[in-house]
Amino acid sequence: MIALRRSFPATPREWRNFLLGVAFASPWIIGFLGFTIYPIGSALYYSFTRYDLVRDPVWIGVQNYVAFADDPDFNLVVGNTFWWVLISSPLGVLSAFLMALLLNSRIVLRSFFRSIFFFPAIVPVVVTAFVWIFLLNVQYGAINSTLQAMGFKTIPFISSPDLIKWSLVVIHMWSQGAAMVIFLATLQDVPKSLYEAATVDGANALRRMWNITVPMVSPIILFNMVMSFISGFQYFTLPWIMTEGGPSRSAEFYAIYLYRNAFRWFRMGKASALAWVLFVLILLFTYLIFRTSGRLVYYAGATR
Amino acid sequence: MTTQMAVTHYPQPWHQRVLELLGHFLKYFVLIVLAVSFVLPFYWMVSSAVKDDAQVYVVPPIWFPNPQFWENFWNAWNSETFNLWTFNTVVRYAIPATVGVVLSSSLVAYSFSRIEWKGRNALFAVVLATMMIPDWVRLVPLFVIFKHLGWINTFNPLVVPQFFGSAFFIFLLRQFFMALPLELSDAARIDGASELRIFLRIILPLSKAALAVVGLFTFMNAWNDYLGPLIYISQEHKWVLTLGVGRLRGAVYEIGNTKLAYPWLMAVSSLITLPVFLAFFFAQRSFIEGISLTGLKG
Repeated sequence: MIALRRSFPATPREWRNFLLGVAFASPWIIGFLGFTIYPIGSALYYSFTRYDLVRDPVWIGVQNYVAFADDPDFNLVVGNTFWWVLISSPLGVLSAFLMALLLNSRIVLRSFFRSIFFFPAIVPVVVTAFVWIFLLNVQYGAINSTLQAMGFKTIPFISSPDLIKWSLVVIHMWSQGAAMVIFLATLQDVPKSLYEAATVDGANALRRMWNITVPMVSPIILFNMVMSFISGFQYFTLPWIMTEGGPSRSAEFYAIYLYRNAFRWFRMGKASALAWVLFVLILLFTYLIFRTSGRLVYYAGATR
Repeated sequence: MTTQMAVTHYPQPWHQRVLELLGHFLKYFVLIVLAVSFVLPFYWMVSSAVKDDAQVYVVPPIWFPNPQFWENFWNAWNSETFNLWTFNTVVRYAIPATVGVVLSSSLVAYSFSRIEWKGRNALFAVVLATMMIPDWVRLVPLFVIFKHLGWINTFNPLVVPQFFGSAFFIFLLRQFFMALPLELSDAARIDGASELRIFLRIILPLSKAALAVVGLFTFMNAWNDYLGPLIYISQEHKWVLTLGVGRLRGAVYEIGNTKLAYPWLMAVSSLITLPVFLAFFFAQRSFIEGISLTGLKG
């Protein structure tokens, strides 16, 4: 009872501030209700229906969900997406971390190199897609014509179902500028005195790296990893533009399948069920990471 | 101070100095190889833009086209209605979206940073949590809503939601507002200024740099956006640039019918990258600081 009292405004001054605060925050509050809560709720409703946008939704219970169990398409895209998330996220974070390390060491022209590493992150994805299509093309892409000229066999980076995902991983590692900048800012905040003390104690560069740098930036490794998992589950634009999920559907990820169901075939009920499964998957994944990472992450200032 | 002296006082043994030199060499080697591989795709894009077909389909690849066909830029741009698509991208999408995000996010960020109210921190936690909600969960029902409103094939679905604040930018601006001294507002309050007046007359003018970052990011997000227009806009005269470039890609698959397929595709790709490059070149610090600001306290 007392706790409840405390959480509500008591004095006129508190009331005034409360109303002001809510008023200033109202655009977000309204948007949150209208563009987040309501859609997520109605997606849940649609997921129990058959709905084609023309006729009214028909309630079919959990049929959409049950059908996933022996739906080969669903299993295919889930497999591809797990592959993508588990391979591309760690490699992407590693790439960002190594670039940041390199930039944080004593080098000339640091901001010049930083700009170069960062730029691919802000290029329109369509441009990234077209440039890499043309670079990786099996006949006249820059890489394959170089290989051919040197007498090697060409490599079908995009047209082979075995290689397309790896090509996407390379492009992903190439556009990690944002995560890199976040790492770099964190690295610059690691107290120099730690390194000096360690050097005096005779720790070599590798040990300083492993025992100081990695623990000090571990919260940011976690942060970047979680963000990367969340966006990895929703990976769409690049594979869609490059191959529309091909070849042989080996780059058909969850979001591509969802897009087809919703906006090509107008199976809104099934698409909503797909969306909710994705939502739950992401929540579970995030929860698991936070649960398991507790011991691996060092929070300065935390008492444990 | 003392540790510094202790380190520098001992002369290093020769093998350590050699190791250090080797390390330096390796570092610069990696740095340069990486830098080249980052720039090369862009160089390939721009250099291919001025080729003719004969210079595209050859082995080994041509890195320095000769002769150069600079008119490709002009011809490619005019081969489709790119002027119209630029107009749509900038005037009908990017500018209104930027205005919306800057207005609403700053207002909301002000509430979360400079007004003390009960429940503020709890609600702010919700704001942060929404950043983890996948967009795909909302897309289907939003499409249904917008269809009922008759908004399909208009820019409303892309623009209107921007006027309700964006979690990422609310967070960014809140960090910035919190760093401004509280005394500024207190003094104005004693003089009888209303909260809105403090926001408009004191806080906003002091936050031009942060607002510029938010504006820049939003504008670029709109400029680069592909999924939004793909879902909501199917009529060609309402397309944006990112959808329009895809047009030239189709031509690439019909070699024989279409000359200059790749050069034209690369020419238009270069042209729509140019504004991004210029923005980045002139506002580099804003980019870097804006991103590190949001990452640090995450």
